[in-house]
Amino acid sequence: MNDWSQALSLHTPAAAPIAVTFSGNRALQIEERLIFEQDAPGRCGVDLPEPPAFRPCLAGLERRGPVGLPSLSEPQVIRHFTRLSQKNYAIDSGLYPLGSCTMKHNPRLNEKLARLPGLADIHPLQPVSTVRGALELIDTLSRWLKTLTGMPAVALSPGAGAHGELCGIMTIRAALEARGDPRRRVLVPESAHGTNPATAAACGYAVDPVPANAQGRVDRSALERKLGPDVAALMLTNPNTCGLFENEIVEIAAAVHRAGAFFYCDGAKFNAIVGRVRPADLGIDCMHLNLHKTFSTPHGGGGPGSGPVMLAASLAPYAPLPWLVLGQHGLELVEHKAGAAETAIGRLKGFHGQMGMFVRALAYMLSHGADGLRQVAEDAVLNANYLRVLLERDLSLSFPGPCMHEVLFDDRFLKDSSITTLDFAKALIDEGYHPMTMYFPLIVHGAMLIEPTETESKASLDEFAAVVKSLAAAARAADVARFHSAPSLAPRRRLDETAAARKPVLRWLPASPASGAVAAQ
Amino acid sequence: MRYLPLTEADRAAMLKTIGVSSIDALFAEVPAAARLDGLLDLPLAQGEIEVERAISHMAERNIVAGSVPFFIGGGAYRHHVPAAVDHLIQRGEFLTSYTPYQPEISQGTLQYLFEFQTQVALLTSMEVANASLYDGATACAEAVMMANRVTGRKRAVLSGGLHPHYRDVCATYAEFVGFDVVATDPQPGEDESLGQLIDNTTSCVVVQSPDFWGELSDQSELARLCHEKGALLVVVVTEILSLGAVKPPGEMGADIVAAEGQSLGNALNFGGPYLGLFASRDKFVRQMPGRLVGETVDAEGRRGWVLTLSTREQHIRRERATSNICTNSGLCALAFTIHLALLGESGFVRLARLNHAAAVRLAERIERLPAVRLVNHSFFNEFTVRLPCPAAPVVEALAQKRVLGGIPISRLYPDRPELADLLLVAATETATEDDMDRFEQALREVLP
Repeated sequence: MNDWSQALSLHTPAAAPIAVTFSGNRALQIEERLIFEQDAPGRCGVDLPEPPAFRPCLAGLERRGPVGLPSLSEPQVIRHFTRLSQKNYAIDSGLYPLGSCTMKHNPRLNEKLARLPGLADIHPLQPVSTVRGALELIDTLSRWLKTLTGMPAVALSPGAGAHGELCGIMTIRAALEARGDPRRRVLVPESAHGTNPATAAACGYAVDPVPANAQGRVDRSALERKLGPDVAALMLTNPNTCGLFENEIVEIAAAVHRAGAFFYCDGAKFNAIVGRVRPADLGIDCMHLNLHKTFSTPHGGGGPGSGPVMLAASLAPYAPLPWLVLGQHGLELVEHKAGAAETAIGRLKGFHGQMGMFVRALAYMLSHGADGLRQVAEDAVLNANYLRVLLERDLSLSFPGPCMHEVLFDDRFLKDSSITTLDFAKALIDEGYHPMTMYFPLIVHGAMLIEPTETESKASLDEFAAVVKSLAAAARAADVARFHSAPSLAPRRRLDETAAARKPVLRWLPASPASGAVAAQ
Repeated sequence: MRYLPLTEADRAAMLKTIGVSSIDALFAEVPAAARLDGLLDLPLAQGEIEVERAISHMAERNIVAGSVPFFIGGGAYRHHVPAAVDHLIQRGEFLTSYTPYQPEISQGTLQYLFEFQTQVALLTSMEVANASLYDGATACAEAVMMANRVTGRKRAVLSGGLHPHYRDVCATYAEFVGFDVVATDPQPGEDESLGQLIDNTTSCVVVQSPDFWGELSDQSELARLCHEKGALLVVVVTEILSLGAVKPPGEMGADIVAAEGQSLGNALNFGGPYLGLFASRDKFVRQMPGRLVGETVDAEGRRGWVLTLSTREQHIRRERATSNICTNSGLCALAFTIHLALLGESGFVRLARLNHAAAVRLAERIERLPAVRLVNHSFFNEFTVRLPCPAAPVVEALAQKRVLGGIPISRLYPDRPELADLLLVAATETATEDDMDRFEQALREVLP
């Protein structure tokens, strides 16, 4: 081990560091203007030929006047976006313990394969005879997902988790209506992700919240009291948003089914149980998976995602179009409501789903195999429990005992300190970490939800825990300024979100008053 | 396993720290009957070489668009993407970051999304744009639902020239979310007289420009008719590059623009991931779906960006949110922003001209074929032709000759025999004269 104290004493300059620079830059953090502020007419970042003379056929609808786009050369564009990238925290730079988001390593092989011309440079409406390999890939992905969940069918088109939820609840409604039993309530635990109630409401259901019990699980007796002939579905997240396995889930499923309702599971947390538990064995009828969580497709700063929905046999006939079926000539795409697909709920998205994400997720699954995926769940759970034990005496653990792949703390340890969960999270930024998920789930006060994922090493967890413990000690010692001023070392200090919402500025506008009506917004 | 850093020694030490004897103890809450003791019936872990071989084998079974004369559009367009785009979007700081909930360490994502919103507003000539949705079809459905919220009405009129997938997605949302759609018949080349369908229960009229058949039309009069009856005009654009040559929707009175942004920066990808663009009038901003990035200042007064107006969204409003959307198409939006930054004003306009010129040349060639008729009066880079026979077998025969020659309309409207002879053909800047020669020649051989 290096003797850092000696190194520091040798190299620490005698003079205090400068507070501000002339440029506003801070070494590797370089201030960067908007592309619109770097415009100089006459430049272009691509070289395109002028088309030979031709007679336009635009029905007199030619665009008149400039678009207003800035002109830059390629080196300027490269530098601009490189500088912007350097203002982002990312998995590639460090531990990203954002609970509920499964910020695991994104393998680069997946990126390479998604860019193979045979997968990236094919059109969704090419003749099916020219995309046999694409259909084989989708079918292979489907088989993996069906085996991992134990569920017999999958709808692949949803664009992300929330879209998958919408697909699932629509499918459930279609099944209920088909049996002449329309119902009006959907039960959603108070700890659920906001997309659950938003989805149920979007599908025309009244959302009926179910409270949690003292152990952080859904209150089963309260749930059973709410079940009745007008309940369409229960939307349960398992493991739940407190990072806990719903240990009465089999009994809950039975009660839901006794009431004639469907059991929807939010599969955002599948990473905790992949290869160790098949959701079908828990009595689940419908569950979306986030390929961008469990199956490592990159989050990309907020998308694109992919949200396949696993369906029980009772729901499969209502799956959205397109369907991929084995026909006389091999795999076929069913793109219309006809024949067996007459019952389909229709189409939820253009074309056939997030193919680029399917390639990445399949590469991830093939790489891990049955053995590696089981190890993923085990290491994810092990890492979270390790952090739980390292931190439970410094932070306040919301629910005692083992957790699954994420661990929930709340702000009791900050009581009477004038330091909030937000302050604590912002102080982590100065320490070089992305904060944990804050203030979610809503059922504990000042929630701090930590999900390390399986791709963190023990050393990485030890270092993180040491930093969190130091911060907790600083909070106990009333080192309030450290927290209230945080972050002070990031590319920006805290931003004024209230001002942003009060008078929204949602696009760049030229400063000059000559820009007229547009600038007046 | 190359992605898992824990060693067996680490695992043993960590279990000891936790105070349990085995990993199974941490799964004790799982009901015994649901615990899998062994491995599932799936292949075991493989190295990069094996995985690359398996997936490459699947890729090789497809005909690559770039390897043949290629003339397919229909809402997804093959354009040249400059090398810098893919290099930049693969920077780990963009690729492996999450939604920018912590703005102090997400200014990179937030700034490019602000630039993206500005670009989308400029292209469409609208006042405000969001930070993207899943794709054009879902953006279209979201536009209808937004119009319903703005007007307090629940009946949307959909043009027959709207992409059939977009019509289908709207119909699915209509059934389950609870609103009505009136969809006119698909009739290429005909005047739809949509104005007659607007009454005081109509929330919006949805038209596509260029429409699904490739035809251009001025929507100004339709906008006036909408506004007269208190309805909104939603304009859908599936080929965003067209706005480098064609009058933008904002100048024709559109209230909401829902568009597909795949054309800029994004590969065909067999249909996804794509990029939903969404723009509207400023006064409707609080009814918009999806994420919005706004400008503000930090504690030192420096300019910065944050996600804003989030009180519309599901994580705050739960069942009262304007939409259930959470994820957007961030990385696709970045690719769009970079491509458009490289093009700039002159490049964007020239690229649009190149596309239009290619389509004009192709239309001239195809019109020369015996008994083939151009349906369009106008077009940008895509048009519809009527063949003397059903188009589906022609397209299949062309594919046998390794020419990807358009979309038979029957693939999208199999139940409309009157459309069976129609072929939708697109030409972009990637089509060479040689490609057109081979397409024309193959058509001569295949047509009766």
